[in-house]
Amino acid sequence: MAPLLGTGLFMAHRTALYDIHLAAGGKMVDFGGWDMPINYGSQIDEHHQVRRHAGMFDVSHMTVVDVSGPDARRYLRALLANDVARIDNTRGKAIYSAMLNPDGGVIDDLIAYNLDTWYRLVVNCATRDKDLAWMSRQAEGYAVVVSERPELAMIAVQGPEATRITSDVIDTDKAALIASLGNFQGAEAGDWFIAKTGYTGEEGLEIMLPAVDAINLWQALAQAGVVPCGLGARDTLRLEAGMNLYGHEMDESTSPLVANMGWTIAWEPADRDFSGRAALQQQRQAGINEKLVGLVLKERGVLRAEQEVIIPGSDARGTITSGTFSPTLGHSIAMARVPATIGSHCQVLMRGKPVTVEVVKPNFVRHGQALI
Amino acid sequence: MSEIRNELKYLPSHEWARLEADGTVTIGISDHAQESLGDVVYVETPEVGSTINAGEEAGVVESVKAASDIYSPVSGEVIEVNESLEDAPEQVNSSPYDDGWFFRVKPNDLSELEDALDASGYQSTIEEG
Repeated sequence: MAPLLGTGLFMAHRTALYDIHLAAGGKMVDFGGWDMPINYGSQIDEHHQVRRHAGMFDVSHMTVVDVSGPDARRYLRALLANDVARIDNTRGKAIYSAMLNPDGGVIDDLIAYNLDTWYRLVVNCATRDKDLAWMSRQAEGYAVVVSERPELAMIAVQGPEATRITSDVIDTDKAALIASLGNFQGAEAGDWFIAKTGYTGEEGLEIMLPAVDAINLWQALAQAGVVPCGLGARDTLRLEAGMNLYGHEMDESTSPLVANMGWTIAWEPADRDFSGRAALQQQRQAGINEKLVGLVLKERGVLRAEQEVIIPGSDARGTITSGTFSPTLGHSIAMARVPATIGSHCQVLMRGKPVTVEVVKPNFVRHGQALI
Repeated sequence: MSEIRNELKYLPSHEWARLEADGTVTIGISDHAQESLGDVVYVETPEVGSTINAGEEAGVVESVKAASDIYSPVSGEVIEVNESLEDAPEQVNSSPYDDGWFFRVKPNDLSELEDALDASGYQSTIEEG
């Protein structure tokens, strides 16, 4: 066999739930400088729990950034490719957006919640430092305060039973609040922030809360039958749901226009001059010749990131950005950046051998149901 | 801690080999290996009747995380493969030394097995990481 991952000692950040993960048999790995559970035994079992029942994830490594001040809205309309004006009228409503550099490359992808006088952003942990540096540089000339909230833990409870069970184990005020939320909407409840969002393709909640409360909530959910799930299952769930992962489907050298993120770019109003806009407009005029697609392999074998995609009858090549075994479908799936002219089939160079795969939209499973 | 069985021989690449009473050798991957790989989803075993050489690739194990070649510690003829892994590859995770075996070889030269590590030798290669 090939060399296995090293288990060397390193100093990493730990979440409030670290000891609970260890006690539950969590296999800890380094993830963007954080010591996080990759699984608690079987990643596939955890995946099925989320699709069929309910699972919970410690996502406290994610970076929470609050933006306040009189210019908060104006600042975010310049910072983000999506337009927070789209969520002006609904308190707590969220948008998904890219934050672009002047060349139109993706510095990060994030969620922004509108809280009337301020906004809450959730960005990736691996990009934390450069995100905060960029955001503070862009804040020049605006009356805004950009403040990280590292004291908050975050728990994602996901699955068809997730909202019901969570509502059962928390106080009635918070349960009533959850009942009042629409999809992709969040609200404050004391020092908690509860949102109907997620990264799995199932219904569920993401809850930001103080560390002590996080421990209590996690234990209450566990007692109510919600299974702890690691970042391994989180990755197979998001990939089945066709959701991008920063550093795979896009990065600073990737345009959102070739990463299936065109829908997140608010072109109107035309005079909103967000960072990266000019570059994206030039790209559009020049013509977009790549796109992000889904690949399906029904035979034996697992598609993996960085494998080469071959287009029959063409010299053009593509690349798999994320690949995995889909526990729900029982075979391998992948996302790949390929020439826009790709047909219904292509080949992937797997361990030196070209293997024919089917080309589909990058959306494989939603709400427990296969889409392909 | 992962289990290391005393009666088995090991390769530094995490395969185990068991000398059976009839002189054949059974091959699989160690508990440590299955734990590091995570959920196994496919196993590609060599064909029955084929000849394999010690130190050469004899199969592939694919987990949710990675694909890894399987090497044989002995040369010889493949006389049996674990066909139940086709439908239930998770046996490699749940029972790496028993139900999750990969294939069985009629060895050309049993002394090749003496070059493999014993349990304590394998233990130290794992500890070195």
